[in-house]
Amino acid sequence: MKPLVEYALRLGDDGLVLGQQLSEWCGHSPMLEIDLALANIGLDLIGQSSHFLKLAGDTEGEGRDADVLAFHRDVLDFRNALLVEQPNGDFAQTIARQFLFSNWQELLMRELMRSHDATLSAIAGKAVKEVVYHARFANEWMVRLGDGTEESRNRIIAGLEWMWRFVDELFAVDATVEELIVRGVAVDPRLLRAEWDARIAQALAEATLEAPKPRRAASGGRSGHHSEHLGHLLTEMQFLPRAYPGVAW
Amino acid sequence: MNKEWPLWEVFVRARNGLAHKHAGSVHAADARMAIEAARDTYTRRMEGVSLWLVPSASIVASDPGEAGSLFEPAADKVYRHPTFYSIPENIKNI
Repeated sequence: MKPLVEYALRLGDDGLVLGQQLSEWCGHSPMLEIDLALANIGLDLIGQSSHFLKLAGDTEGEGRDADVLAFHRDVLDFRNALLVEQPNGDFAQTIARQFLFSNWQELLMRELMRSHDATLSAIAGKAVKEVVYHARFANEWMVRLGDGTEESRNRIIAGLEWMWRFVDELFAVDATVEELIVRGVAVDPRLLRAEWDARIAQALAEATLEAPKPRRAASGGRSGHHSEHLGHLLTEMQFLPRAYPGVAW
Repeated sequence: MNKEWPLWEVFVRARNGLAHKHAGSVHAADARMAIEAARDTYTRRMEGVSLWLVPSASIVASDPGEAGSLFEPAADKVYRHPTFYSIPENIKNI
């Protein structure tokens, strides 16, 4: 597979899977306002994803469009990071996941705007404004939950504990990405780590929380080795186009 | 104890140059959350370029029971309408 196809799939699958997860909150949030906020963020991510998947399909040149890539691939072919497929859990767990992801994605999109690939650069330019808001939303909720009641604090601590071991994968580089970094197409995520650490530390301090203790990192999503959660998510997400091929309305 | 978040009134400015207009209300625990909830609820279809949020408790409202004495006396004061000025056709939003 061409490195750019692989890279665009990774970016697209991150947004697709996380967007699908957030959409599951619709109708179940603690407040109507949160319902809308999470659905909006989810739709932003799915919108970004459709651009990345289109780029992957176009670059691959085998006639697969964004819909085919989203709805007709199985677990092993997905390239999202393990973080985004972690279950929603309670509201705090969802916020913990968003907090870690959006702060990373904001830094990533800022850099990706400088990509030598014009399409990647254009997608990032549109996405960055959306993601700045996602990070702001998540960071503020970290503070409210961390510095809130005893119950909210315990829940956000548990949420962070769950998500923490999936962070390192976001900053990992393999041969595929390495080649694209050299060509100025991909962002070198290792260069984002220091700023991400600083942003996370600042938000946690404001939230009167401590970073979880280092854990053995889990990874594998970028090469298709996923947790059990992704299969269940795809079953639901892909049901309609698989049961009714070619359906449109 | 009331577990609902406080209510805020939302005012949206549709375009620069226009006044903020009341759009509705949102629940939010603090001012920043109120801005975000209003943004997500009332501007997701490009309805606005600016938001004002006011705690609903800060709104002072007229008493409907006093509507007669407050508003009806204006009914027969047509001379207060500036109907004697002609407005150039290219002036919008007045």
